[in-house]
Amino acid sequence: MRRLLARRMKFHLLGAFLVSVGCATLYKFGIAEARKRAYTEFYKSYDPMKDFEAMKAAGVFESAPPK
Amino acid sequence: MLASRVFGLVGRRSICTSLCLRAHGHAGVVKAEDYALPAYVDRRDVPLPEAAFVRDLSAQQKALKEKEKASWTALSVDEKVELYRMKFNETYAEMNKGTNEWKTILGGVLFFLGLTGVILIWQKHFMYGPIPHTFSEDWLSAQTKRMLDMRVNPLEGISAHWDYDKNEWKK
Repeated sequence: MRRLLARRMKFHLLGAFLVSVGCATLYKFGIAEARKRAYTEFYKSYDPMKDFEAMKAAGVFESAPPK
Repeated sequence: MLASRVFGLVGRRSICTSLCLRAHGHAGVVKAEDYALPAYVDRRDVPLPEAAFVRDLSAQQKALKEKEKASWTALSVDEKVELYRMKFNETYAEMNKGTNEWKTILGGVLFFLGLTGVILIWQKHFMYGPIPHTFSEDWLSAQTKRMLDMRVNPLEGISAHWDYDKNEWKK
């Protein structure tokens, strides 16, 4: 029973710190970096005009019908 | 006003509670109810509770308490344990021991989830009408094709998983 609160507090403080830092790291590498990579990959070879012509040909624009 | 009239008629004595009536015979001191006395608790964070566990000692226990007033080296191990058990209900080990309650809880939760599932299946089968026509295969394929034509979510969403050159889903 000696140092009951101190022991419990140390355990839980350490645990809480590790869990929160772990969550943050996982988020950064799993979600944030992945998203940044997806965006850079997409915009490397993105041609907006070509994309527009493709969409126009498919007929989704009301004011720019496919000819 | 009527109340004060009744007061005068009936007399102060009968307004007293039964406790007060009893008090008049005991030099004006009301007997303390059980719940008002210091209580014994088995708690991890209360190492020395306000009261001992055993309140009314038998003659044997009283004799032991007298012996406790002398040197403790004279006490045998059994007597020491008896003194401990008089003062405390459970040891810390007994107090902190886990139970099997989690099994009951988990079982109950799963049971009621299953029951809910049964109810939902019954509802779908017997109660609900047909779903809207916009959920038919043809409609859904036309809908998806339009979404892909519009390039919905081209970075991480649906259009990102479509191969526009080969006209099929990306592997």
